[in-house]
Amino acid sequence: MNISHHFDDATLMAYASGSLPQGMALLVACHLHWCPHCRQRLAEAEAIGGALLAQIEPMSLKADALKSVMDRLDLEEEIPLPQIRPVQTATDLPAPLHHYLQTNLDHLPWKRLGYGVHHIDLNLKGPGATRLLKIAPGVSVPHHTHAGNELTLILRGSYTDEFGRFSAGDVADLDGEVKHQPIVDTDQDCICLIATDAPLKFTGLMGRLVQPFIGL
Amino acid sequence: MNNDEPLGGDVNAVLSIAEERKKEMRDNWSARLTSLAETRDKAVFASLFDYFAPRLKAYITRLGMPPATAEEVAQEAMLSVWRKAHMFNAEKASASTWIFTLARNLCIDRMRREKAVEYELPEEEPDPEQRDQGEHLILEERMRDAIATLPENQAQVLHLSYYEGKSHSEIADQLGIPLGSVKSRLRLAFSKLKAHWGEEE
Ligand SMILES: [Zn+2]
Repeated sequence: MNISHHFDDATLMAYASGSLPQGMALLVACHLHWCPHCRQRLAEAEAIGGALLAQIEPMSLKADALKSVMDRLDLEEEIPLPQIRPVQTATDLPAPLHHYLQTNLDHLPWKRLGYGVHHIDLNLKGPGATRLLKIAPGVSVPHHTHAGNELTLILRGSYTDEFGRFSAGDVADLDGEVKHQPIVDTDQDCICLIATDAPLKFTGLMGRLVQPFIGL
Repeated sequence: MNNDEPLGGDVNAVLSIAEERKKEMRDNWSARLTSLAETRDKAVFASLFDYFAPRLKAYITRLGMPPATAEEVAQEAMLSVWRKAHMFNAEKASASTWIFTLARNLCIDRMRREKAVEYELPEEEPDPEQRDQGEHLILEERMRDAIATLPENQAQVLHLSYYEGKSHSEIADQLGIPLGSVKSRLRLAFSKLKAHWGEEE
């Protein structure tokens, strides 16, 4: 995979500090799955957390805390947390998303939004929205701006906008006043995962598409 | 700099001895964590508990957990240290960074009230520039020093993000500044801290 667009530092710091909404965290995990460059950068962002933990003003635990934990060590059976291994399946999805969807992109119940556009709402909790969007070749999404942060991960196909060409594995990490007009630039559908942290209304790429059609 | 630093004499020598000692200390945490995986020695676990559990409780409290929950999650995090010690790799992270990520994940799971799922990342290609254990410790030491030299407004967003788990938008609201300013302060802080990270190469 030839990745040329990565996350903003601030996004990786938010992921490292655990402060991203669930959908954005899922999207970041998907790109990390594909991108050694961002994994290295994440290690740096996590090291900030390690340094901050080491220098925090400690807070005493209850007097019997050590004893009660030590007592539990003996009772501990190996109950490992479920680990989602990056198995190579027939899917072209990154493991975290595949784990969530349990199927591949071709077998999803896509809903039509408008001319050349289909979507699926992942219905994740927390602020913002997380959706899969499928845009047909040649379809251009109108100029739009973002309120809050909006992350887009290209899963299949590609599009071109003012910032360049985005193909599978690339992320667009946009916020605030950004204006762009993506157009699907091959004869293949462009499928992307989009996550926002805007709490109240849909904005950005999704908003422009979704609002006129479902009247949100 | 501490006020109780001895005056006169070879201050630099004194400082570098102090640095060495601090480094050895932290060296120990990573070495101890590594040995815990091999020996399952409870005395080693107890020493890690004494150092990390009170820091974890402080961190979890600042994330906004009620005191009883913070106590419980800190203990749970230390149990995870015991369970998962075999997954610690001193070439990839320092002990406190690894323990930070364990506690962070536990807190996220608590807040979402969902079953904990961890996405295991693909095995890294062998890295010719793989850092050894000592290197991580030096880097972390430097990072701590560098954090102390950040301008107040950058340190503030760093603390709100890492210690309090606030999102960029929440920080923007709390400080009454635009979202873009929050992100640019975080970016500036990161690039300063990364400069220290990169110095080894
Ligand atoms: Zn990347």
